[in-house]
Amino acid sequence: MPSILEVQNLVKKYGDFIAVKGISFHIKEGEIFSLLGPNGAGKTTTISMLSTLYTPTSGDATIGSHSITKNPMAVKQMIGVVPQEIALYEDLTARENLIFWGQMYGLSGKALNSRVDQVLEQIGLTDKAKNRVKTYSGGMKRRVNIGVGLLHKPRLLFMDEPTVGIDPQSRRAILDTVKDLNKQGMTVLYTTHYMEEAQELSDRVGIIDHGELIALGTQAELTKQVGQAETLILHIGENEDPEALAKAVSNVEGVQKADVTNNQVSIITPDAKDVLAAVVSKANERGIKIRSIDIREPNLEAVFLHLTGRALRD
Amino acid sequence: MKKLFLIGIKDLKLRFRDRAALIFMLLTPFILTLGMGLVTGRFSGGDSSGISDIPIAIVNLDNDSLGDALVDAFNSEDLADLVETTLSEDPEAARLLVDEDEVAAAIIIPAGFTQSVIPQNENALPNEEIRIEFYANPSRPTSAGIIKAIVDGFMARLDEMRLASMTSVSQLIMSGRISPEDANQVGQEMGARLQQNDAGNTNEATAITLNTSTSAGEDVEFDVLSYFAPGMALMFLMYTVSYGGSSILAEKSQGTLPRLLISPTNSMQVLGGKIFGIFLTGAAQMLILIGASSLFFQLKWGDAFGIVLLVLAAVFGATGWGMLITALARTPAQVGSVGSAVMLIFAMLGGSFTQIENMPAIVQTLGKITPNAWAMDGFTTLALGGTLTSLARPILALLTMGILLFLISAVLFGKKNLVQK
Repeated sequence: MPSILEVQNLVKKYGDFIAVKGISFHIKEGEIFSLLGPNGAGKTTTISMLSTLYTPTSGDATIGSHSITKNPMAVKQMIGVVPQEIALYEDLTARENLIFWGQMYGLSGKALNSRVDQVLEQIGLTDKAKNRVKTYSGGMKRRVNIGVGLLHKPRLLFMDEPTVGIDPQSRRAILDTVKDLNKQGMTVLYTTHYMEEAQELSDRVGIIDHGELIALGTQAELTKQVGQAETLILHIGENEDPEALAKAVSNVEGVQKADVTNNQVSIITPDAKDVLAAVVSKANERGIKIRSIDIREPNLEAVFLHLTGRALRD
Repeated sequence: MKKLFLIGIKDLKLRFRDRAALIFMLLTPFILTLGMGLVTGRFSGGDSSGISDIPIAIVNLDNDSLGDALVDAFNSEDLADLVETTLSEDPEAARLLVDEDEVAAAIIIPAGFTQSVIPQNENALPNEEIRIEFYANPSRPTSAGIIKAIVDGFMARLDEMRLASMTSVSQLIMSGRISPEDANQVGQEMGARLQQNDAGNTNEATAITLNTSTSAGEDVEFDVLSYFAPGMALMFLMYTVSYGGSSILAEKSQGTLPRLLISPTNSMQVLGGKIFGIFLTGAAQMLILIGASSLFFQLKWGDAFGIVLLVLAAVFGATGWGMLITALARTPAQVGSVGSAVMLIFAMLGGSFTQIENMPAIVQTLGKITPNAWAMDGFTTLALGGTLTSLARPILALLTMGILLFLISAVLFGKKNLVQK
């Protein structure tokens, strides 16, 4: 498959602060590519540059064969953007919003009305299309927000954390919509800080942290970086000392790495069951109460932890 | 251009769906106008106009029937409360009174004026038209406008009289009742008769009074609400334009402005659309208020075409101020608070609450920067039967104001980041 997006050394600086530090990657036509990283990692800044909203400090990207810096109008015609915030007019109905945004993408007349009907069907809001957006639940607003990005049938869809702040049911519906769109041939660049979403949706994942792309590949390729290691997560009380526990368990045989995040200690080990008893024993020795324990098989979270020493939700 | 229009229409729709905005845009100025009407006794048959004792100087060098008729009209009982006349024999002295802000206007009736309108014999027909000189005080636009409207009314009556004579003589020639050779003599006789009738009617205050006529011949009486209704409408027009301006910054923080800029729409179209939306909303607000006051208060605003032109010019000038406030502010809240302050200050400086002539000279000068003052000038002129020609000055001033403010705002917006929060 040819690349629809080629990113070359993209940099964005705000004074002395460098939000994006020269990232490069490509996305093949028809794939779902996720940018996974914690809040403030540079995901939204990257999407804002790729969608021509921000001008890169240096570097460039091509979408189709069009440069985002030299031919932004051609790029805008090719892409759809679903921003992180709900960028809709709350005093307009869903239909009125879709019609307005469709007009901004050059649609008009019967073609516009027909496309608006299709999108309303796709986001499951045909029945509520005449209600003002301000009367909608958060999930319904998110669906309209996505619908706007689909109106002109873009070849490449940017979705910036589209599931933030919504209920599990709406989240499920949005993830299913992304998969459906991809099945219909749409290429998707999806940013998230939810490891589960990236894992469920993506053909390939780029892990971004502090403006740098620290890992890139398929999920299998990425998890190989941490071997077959599992992650044992110990949740402790607020008044306990996680640093002391991490130090104590790092000497346990079979523990490869132990890191602290808020009130939890994450332990990377080839087999969590083998080290569990010894770890709990260490905690008891120091009078540290463990409130709960999670065991996770090799996943992107473990990769992030392995690469940065921090959990994704830091 | 189409996208600019679509963005403007969208904003108009949004504004008219916002109940709070509707209360400020329409209900509040309407109720305040009603209140002003009640306070001034307009609804109880009172005739207080709020404008009185306008000082004027008249120089009658004509000393013939028409010049005397005009002087008598200004000295008539009907105008006694409105006008305070000073008679002078020296045009320069009269102009000096205006220059020194002693009077609102000087009316100089030139020698031979009556002869120029109604020639007594063939030899007396002048080569050039002799005109009444109206020397207005620019610092008292409303008062000067009122006086000018009265003089315009007088001139209109003279034109009617002259036209009636000419038409009658033409008809008599065409019907063969008189020969072309007799036309001049008949015309003179007819003019003299009309002149006599007109002079004879002076005491009945039909020649020139506050009751002037529109072009349609309809009687128009100066109404206190003709002053307060535009005053209130213009005050809340400033609210509309600053609120509209704040919507640019609100859209920025809500994310719809960046979304517009991500679509294949350039920043000039987006900003132009937003400005067009403010302009449309302001124009709709003014026209609705004018319509409502005409309907519910039977208020006569004057020439409809003139009203539309003046409204568009006033909204244009006011929108310029809205854009400047927005360009200088960082948040919608800042626009709101600065806009409210500007709304009140402009209302005071621009004569929305009280006659601008009653204020100190410095305030009157400052008032010139407000769209309120210029538009008030125009609305008062129209309410008194003024014509499109008499609107040229306020309209030109409002358009110039708008253009200057848009240029300054464009420079400031160019330095402003409309994308990032």
